[in-house]
Amino acid sequence: MDVMDKLTILTDAAKYDAACTSSGLDRRGRAGRMGSATRAGCCHSFSADGRCVTLLKVLMSNACAYDCQYCVNRRSNDVPRATFAPWELAELTIQFYRRNYIEGLFLSSAVVGSPDHTTEEMIRVLRLLREEYGFWGYIHAKAIPGADPLLIRRLGMLADRLSVNIELPSQQSLALLAPEKQRAGILAPMAQIRDGIAASQGELVRFRCAPRFAPAGQSTQMIIGATPESDRHILTLAQALYDKYRLKRVFYSAYIPVSGSKLLPAPQQFRPPLLREHRLYQADWLLRYYHFRAEELLDEEEPNFDEWVDPKCSWALRHMGFFPVEVSRADYEALLRVPGIGVRSARRILTARRAAPLSFDILKRLGVVLKRAQYFITCGGKLLPGLRVREDQVLGHLVALERPALLEPAPVQLSLFGGEEGGV
Amino acid sequence: MSWSQVCYEYDGSFEGFLTCVFESYAHHEEPMCFQGPEALYYTLWDARRVDTDQEKAARVFRSLDARLGRGASRLVYRAFLTCLEERELHIYRFLQYGYRRGRSVMGELGHPLVCVLNKAVHHLEHEAHLYTGFVRFSDYRGVLLGEIEPKNQVLPLVRAHFIQRYNTERFLLYDRTHGQALVYRPGQWVITAVDQLQLPQAEKEELRYRSLWRRFFHTLAIEDRRNTRCQNTHLSKRFRGLMTEFQREEQGERLP
Repeated sequence: MDVMDKLTILTDAAKYDAACTSSGLDRRGRAGRMGSATRAGCCHSFSADGRCVTLLKVLMSNACAYDCQYCVNRRSNDVPRATFAPWELAELTIQFYRRNYIEGLFLSSAVVGSPDHTTEEMIRVLRLLREEYGFWGYIHAKAIPGADPLLIRRLGMLADRLSVNIELPSQQSLALLAPEKQRAGILAPMAQIRDGIAASQGELVRFRCAPRFAPAGQSTQMIIGATPESDRHILTLAQALYDKYRLKRVFYSAYIPVSGSKLLPAPQQFRPPLLREHRLYQADWLLRYYHFRAEELLDEEEPNFDEWVDPKCSWALRHMGFFPVEVSRADYEALLRVPGIGVRSARRILTARRAAPLSFDILKRLGVVLKRAQYFITCGGKLLPGLRVREDQVLGHLVALERPALLEPAPVQLSLFGGEEGGV
Repeated sequence: MSWSQVCYEYDGSFEGFLTCVFESYAHHEEPMCFQGPEALYYTLWDARRVDTDQEKAARVFRSLDARLGRGASRLVYRAFLTCLEERELHIYRFLQYGYRRGRSVMGELGHPLVCVLNKAVHHLEHEAHLYTGFVRFSDYRGVLLGEIEPKNQVLPLVRAHFIQRYNTERFLLYDRTHGQALVYRPGQWVITAVDQLQLPQAEKEELRYRSLWRRFFHTLAIEDRRNTRCQNTHLSKRFRGLMTEFQREEQGERLP
């Protein structure tokens, strides 16, 4: 089998992993070494599904010993199998990197034989890249649950980011669909990586040249829509992972039917819950950059996100007492709560109002998009001139704005928040 | 005493522009237009030739951060690299306003004169950031060659990134729009004017990596999630002509 065939099979097998970022680490180039990393990451292309292509995302091997029902590489699935030789993969990475196709390598693998053996093979590739080729670019490696902690430690000394996939949002779903994996087995390496990163940062304070363990942090991914958990359950879990395991990112991956298993949604009429995934990412942003808490966004009565408006609008509509926010005086936190005002707009408002009094014209010039924000702000005590919307009509207007972004066709009649007049 | 209105002819360089600013204040002349070396039309105003003077340019440059506040020299330099129409005039008017207002001017994000520069610079910086990812290099006997067609002059902004990234390599990045190239070999770099660049025939090994990359790129997309609009939003079609993955296999024989 030549490299082209292997690349095809092992890319195809890796593509369902959502996590593909090259962010979280600033590393300047070093003389004699190839490559660098930038904190914001760098997208090299966008594939036909609109997702960013930044790393060479492949599996080391797809010959898996496990039989997880939701996974395309499960033992019982009839697909061609392939395994990269370490030097093949290293050479491919370097040559792609030289041509500026990629920012680095994303190395994952099916469990070949045992977790220990798989991890050892991955370490061989990374050592080849780092030590033989002097590769200084980004490497994201998957820690295989169940591997020896010493091996995970060695992997983390070579990689920039480590991730352990939590796979499914609850213990029950995991037991049902992935009998070989245990919740505890997934959380143990996560805790180890967290502690390793903290220890490494502590050492760096004392010794500038101390070797760094997973300097770009760790991330995880879970599959959405294959099992019955609510958005509230998922978001609360994500929040706990950010708080307790200090994760940099949680990725959500809409389930794509790759299996005819009776335990999963039937592939025929199933459509991947892309909008739900989108809402979860929006909420995830609110947790990480907007100081929201999961329990503010969803509660027992409304455990799932609204399809029609984004989570921030939805929160705003349920807390109309908080608004309107006076942009000339409100603090940063309050500005961030306004739908349509993001981190950049909020900062610009703070800078601009120190120099001169604000007006709606100035807001527009600052690049603040008013189409959502107009319903929730006053400027110098006044609403946007010409804006005449009753509070109960705001929802309708916001839904109309969201319409082009929704992939699904509109239903005939809307009934949201129990009201009948929310129609567009 | 009123300032006489003139049109400055200069060599098109940043130092040349700063010299114009100096001359304007020294001779009480208000520039109504600026003409670089490529300008071909006549103007209604008195034309005045300004020869670039490094000393005068340096004086104006030093005054920027001191009198207009931190970040002003960076803003002005970057604004000069943008594709903003009549950018010299916009920068000049910003400077005029800034010298009057003093150090608060950098915070006046809502003022039309400040805003127009900030917008243009943001466009430039965004384009430069996109290009750090979208440039495609080809290996010709160990030298990496790449081409871009940016709207703004992004080479000075992407220089540091590519030199860090490829510090062990030799490379040339050619800007078709502005006829400039960034040339690097370990320890040395230069941005220089290049009129035309004919890339040599790609070798077999190079063609092999191009097809591997195309295969990877097309395999990676998940058919069930196809979303062309999202792809178009993130990766505008104007970039695709020079990107390997959007060229057909047989085209791969010619350009990267």
